[in-house]
Amino acid sequence: MIDFSYTVLILLIPLFMFLLIGLTSGKMKPALSGYIGTLAMSVVTLLSYYTAYQYFFNRPAGTEIFEKIVPFHTVWVHFTDTLYVDLGVLLDPISVMMLVVITTVSLMVHIYSIGYMHGEKGYSRFYAFLSLFSFSMLGLVVATNIFQMYMFWELVGVSSYLLISFYYEKPTAVSAGKKAFIVTRFADLGFLIGILILSYISGTFNFVELTDPQGALITQGTSLTFMGISALTWALTLIFMGGAGKSAMFPLHIWLPDAMEGPTPVSALIHAATMVVAGVYLVARLFPIYYFVVPDALTIVAYVGGFTSLFAAVIACTQTDIKRVLAFSTMSQIGYMMLALGVSGYGGEHGLGYMASMFHLFTHAMFKALLFLGAGAIIHAVHTNDMNHMGGLRKYLPITHITFLIATLTISGMPPFSAYFSKDEILVAAFEHDKFLFFIEYAVSGITAFYMFRLYFNVFWGKSTHYHHTPHESPLTMTVPLMILAVASMFTGFIPFNDLVTSNGAAFELHTDWSVAIPSVAIGLVGIAVAWIFYKKQSAIPDKLAVTFKYPYKWSFNKFYIDEVYLFVTKKIIFNRISAPVAWFDRHVVDASMNGISWVTNAISDQIKGLQSGQLQKYGFVFVSGVLILTFAFVYFLFN
Amino acid sequence: MDFLTLFVVVPVLTIFAIVFTKNMKQTRLVSAIGMGVQLILAIALVFMYLAEREAGNTAEMVFSHSYVWFESLNIQYIIGVDGISVAMILLAAIVVLTGIFASWQVDFLPREFFISLIFLSAGVFGFFISLDLFTMFLFYEVAVIPMYLLIGIWGTGPKEYSAMKLTLMLMGASALLLVGLLGIYFNSNAGGGDLTFNILEIAKVNIPMSAQRMFFPMTFIGFGVLGALFPFHTWSPDGHASAPTAVSMLHAGVLMKLGGYGAFRVAMYLMPDAAQEMAWIFLILTGISVVYGAFGAIFQKDLKYINAYSSVSHCGLVLFAILMMNKTALNGAILQMISHGLMTALFFALIGMIYGRTHTRMINQLGGLMKIMPVLSVSYVIAGLASLGLPGLSGFIAEMTIFFGAFQHPDVFHRVLTITAAASIVITAVYILRVVGQILYGPVTNEHYLKLDDAHWYERVSTGVLIVAIAGIGIAPLWLSDMINDSLNPIVHQLMQAIVK
Repeated sequence: MIDFSYTVLILLIPLFMFLLIGLTSGKMKPALSGYIGTLAMSVVTLLSYYTAYQYFFNRPAGTEIFEKIVPFHTVWVHFTDTLYVDLGVLLDPISVMMLVVITTVSLMVHIYSIGYMHGEKGYSRFYAFLSLFSFSMLGLVVATNIFQMYMFWELVGVSSYLLISFYYEKPTAVSAGKKAFIVTRFADLGFLIGILILSYISGTFNFVELTDPQGALITQGTSLTFMGISALTWALTLIFMGGAGKSAMFPLHIWLPDAMEGPTPVSALIHAATMVVAGVYLVARLFPIYYFVVPDALTIVAYVGGFTSLFAAVIACTQTDIKRVLAFSTMSQIGYMMLALGVSGYGGEHGLGYMASMFHLFTHAMFKALLFLGAGAIIHAVHTNDMNHMGGLRKYLPITHITFLIATLTISGMPPFSAYFSKDEILVAAFEHDKFLFFIEYAVSGITAFYMFRLYFNVFWGKSTHYHHTPHESPLTMTVPLMILAVASMFTGFIPFNDLVTSNGAAFELHTDWSVAIPSVAIGLVGIAVAWIFYKKQSAIPDKLAVTFKYPYKWSFNKFYIDEVYLFVTKKIIFNRISAPVAWFDRHVVDASMNGISWVTNAISDQIKGLQSGQLQKYGFVFVSGVLILTFAFVYFLFN
Repeated sequence: MDFLTLFVVVPVLTIFAIVFTKNMKQTRLVSAIGMGVQLILAIALVFMYLAEREAGNTAEMVFSHSYVWFESLNIQYIIGVDGISVAMILLAAIVVLTGIFASWQVDFLPREFFISLIFLSAGVFGFFISLDLFTMFLFYEVAVIPMYLLIGIWGTGPKEYSAMKLTLMLMGASALLLVGLLGIYFNSNAGGGDLTFNILEIAKVNIPMSAQRMFFPMTFIGFGVLGALFPFHTWSPDGHASAPTAVSMLHAGVLMKLGGYGAFRVAMYLMPDAAQEMAWIFLILTGISVVYGAFGAIFQKDLKYINAYSSVSHCGLVLFAILMMNKTALNGAILQMISHGLMTALFFALIGMIYGRTHTRMINQLGGLMKIMPVLSVSYVIAGLASLGLPGLSGFIAEMTIFFGAFQHPDVFHRVLTITAAASIVITAVYILRVVGQILYGPVTNEHYLKLDDAHWYERVSTGVLIVAIAGIGIAPLWLSDMINDSLNPIVHQLMQAIVK
């Protein structure tokens, strides 16, 4: 056995950095906090790579499959005698893979921000929050039990909130942060209830016990039902609701586009590469339960993923804010991952979808982080988010241009870039399981290629716009991460995920299915070609089309009015129809009745206070009459 | 003299010392020293208690003493603590000390103010150490009555009205409670012994069911009013809004906890059969408290009102958990009392500090404070995050223990109710973030605010101590949870026996 106990440092270093930078904020030189934060993150990254190397390539001889290893754990609190919460580290293929993803992107973002956030107010606060986020996210993926995962899940949510509202003097940033937190909180309520039910049935939080295919939960299930549906289906669907909230699946997606109010490096790290895939990770983590016990819930996962990928792709075609286009493309890509899990089987080749989902998660993290950081470099150069105010930037930003092009080709699924491989596996998995979803995904790959190249042509080609200041390429701290990520986007597709990250830890053979791959590339090329025609040079076609298809265009442009629905529910119903009446009721009914009691007491005492007049003759009169009445009564009752 | 009595003696001595002080500076210094000693004693008590248990003392109450006080009625001064009361004493000591620091600048009749405040705290400490119903009730009244003066004299806004309302409602509850306690007393010879007020003795007696049916609701409601039980909570918003800072802190932080503590140590422990039978009624009421308080808070515009309604919600959860009657939920209830006590004290302290600078508590008049007073604002954010249940701060572990405990209940009704109560975490997030977004973030609404200064040293002490306590419990809850857990056995045993019957 290899000793992995050092992995606990992967969590402790970022936590320590958060406390250090947070507590010395204002006393330490801002630049210093950036450097030590980045330095610490590089150590963590190296540790993660070392862990991955040890775990994947140095396993004890003779072991066929990748085992789950728990190198460190400690009891945090006891709920009942049997139900307790551990804090610990769990290493298995997906958690080790996530360690690599998170630390890589986080390190890139740390380096990039030295340039991007240079001179910003709250520079050290930014690095403190980045460390907090990295700590929470790493804690989430290595959680040994579902409760620990939930804890870090909430911490991730708060770090996301703090970073979205980073520019706290800007009202839009504040409300975007609030929206993100509340929407995901609502989804997390589902997660929490799901855990309540799951732990009630199984009596444990422990992932190893929960997801063991020979374990009690999977072999026995439960006889408990609620409203005619098995309690486990409830539990796992609710848990998926939590995942859908974090991963911005329809209809819980509305926070993600607004979250782009945060600094761009944050969007790259949290809202593209790591936190938003937590939902996918959650489903993957509990996958054996989904597959063996509640296939219905898995179908929901597949369809929610499939629908979101199409829905978001359609919206992305009409948005003009480049970060929002990328946000919708993130939703769409995560939809792919969810769908892949939803159509997957378990074990060996049946687990193709599972493997493809994790593969795509990995490649997506690289190219999407690259796209966002590239977008950051563009925004940094031209000081706007709106692609209508950009154009011809390839001359001014050569490095950004090339790396952005690589990322755009990657997301469009062009060989031999990484997403070609991962997306292809997803399509194959979907093809084997559900033809309907498969064709949706075909359509989505075409749309994806179209809107991404629409973005690319609009920004780097097209009309040459006049800029107030001549845009210039970003400093090395920003371009070096772009180049590193570009290399990653190009070559990570060659990592043999089928040998490393599979549903049951066992390797399997992968075959290329040309009948799926060739049409998929062709559709992508069509999308690119359409974008070329529309946007390479200034052309009237897009505007004409927008007029011809007025309503579809309007609906897509307004994101299908989902925000308005939410606004209606929260403002008109919850605030005005529930909360206001409750507040009124409390003052005018509950409190008024309390005041009423005091009023009655007052009134009565007012009436009877005349009795205590202090006049002797009145007292004498009352006394004598009382005696007389009593005497009469006494005599009357005595003689009757 | 025994150790526990010191908790009453130290405040009394402090009061004597304050009488001889000449000015505000001396007064507050003496108060701080006195209550500082009290906090040291409380921390020492925790260690002594843990050492005593470690040494194998399994008695229900440790450091126990009794002195006959009024022989003909068998009233005694009986004291003793278990893990629960130790935890509550620690909470009270922290909140009182931080309250003193938060009132550092009280310049109107400072001697009288600090005397009343410390007198009140003497009542609180006495309440938590006593094991005799009569003595307990006495201390309870000692804690409640100074409130009238503190709000009526040092308060703000419609202070006479609020003080009167609060006092009358709590007095009404006391009357109910007194009848309930006497009812218990006169049935305490059901096992054949003498009439007694001794809680441990009464617990061994089976009070007749007919009596339990009558006196359980009285006792539970009597204590429940102080714990903001719906619909008897309306003293809380007005009372808090008018009370001076330290009084709000003490009141929400500690005094409301007397309600929860009494409800389970007296009502549930001594009358478990009626508790089992009637729990559902109160469960519904407390369930309403939890959700209703949270919804009420969304709509408020005054910071103190928001916090008062949020307290209704959070304290409702305490009583809710107590009524679930299993060990985990009870443990959660105690944790929630401590957690709520700390964070609400922090909230009120901060609101007082903000009000002291800006002279308004209306959220629509405040804005952009983060830029002007970062220390206070960051503290406010931390308090808010604790309140909405962020892991790593105390609120999370308390709420989760309650939810997971309550959900273990075999009955579907209870589980559905638990889910309803759990939904409050979303609503809490709404009103907390609304306040944070409105008053701390955004542009500065009033240019006069730009001249305001950030926290002074005494304010940093006050908020710092509370934040450390909140984070300490949130990060490492095990010792506290275990300490409470062991002490729950007798009461859980009582409640289980009631089911068997």
